[in-house]
Amino acid sequence: MTSLQIALTALAVVVALWLVVLIARDRQPDDWVYGSLALLELGLVVQLVIGLVRLGGEHEGVNVAAYVGYLVGSLVILPAGFVWSVGERTRAGTGVLLVAVAVIPVLFLRIHQLWSV
Amino acid sequence: MTELSTRHGLGRILVFVYGVFALSATARALVQLATQASTAPVAYTLSLFSGIVYIVATWALATERRRVALVTICVELTGVLVIGTLSHPDDLDRASVWSDYGNGYGFVPLVLPLLGLWWLWRIGRSTRPTD
Repeated sequence: MTSLQIALTALAVVVALWLVVLIARDRQPDDWVYGSLALLELGLVVQLVIGLVRLGGEHEGVNVAAYVGYLVGSLVILPAGFVWSVGERTRAGTGVLLVAVAVIPVLFLRIHQLWSV
Repeated sequence: MTELSTRHGLGRILVFVYGVFALSATARALVQLATQASTAPVAYTLSLFSGIVYIVATWALATERRRVALVTICVELTGVLVIGTLSHPDDLDRASVWSDYGNGYGFVPLVLPLLGLWWLWRIGRSTRPTD
């Protein structure tokens, strides 16, 4: 994985653990959580740009359509989770954010697999 | 207090997970059909079918259409069991999210319909359906 993906995975894990604490204590997400989600999303945008630049170079055997699909598709998860989460300000709403954050490292693994054929 | 419905409480999380699978299964099928449709047209059409099933299930659960949700999730369960049985575990280019019982997706595709049916059964016991 790239160092950006490793850094974003670390951030995602910290946010996920914090969301578990919030759910357990029945507290609502604070600005710290929303700020971290925004930072994660920014990181995903940077990843898309880097990914597209990489395609300008050597990429023998890479499934380009799937690779770009994952890079673009990954941008949807966090905003969708945020919108769906704030529709219900309960533990379940916070749980939606937890699922959204947990999906991100899985996408990194897929993107990594697709690139390193 | 929120009333027990398909899209509140645990249903809130369920709808989101279905949404994620609707996106990934459909996007995957569209990429397959756009770039290598001639390789395995039947498998990729089935792949698209699984995506549509997830889209309908997400929509039905999110809009409280319990009967539609029930039928769709039954189709989903049948799909993952049939495709999972027919597909080969050692097939590297797995054709859909249902191949090998959803092994490529942490078996979530196998657990999700069971969770969905359990959820519909649970809310059905405590409230009367609205449609």
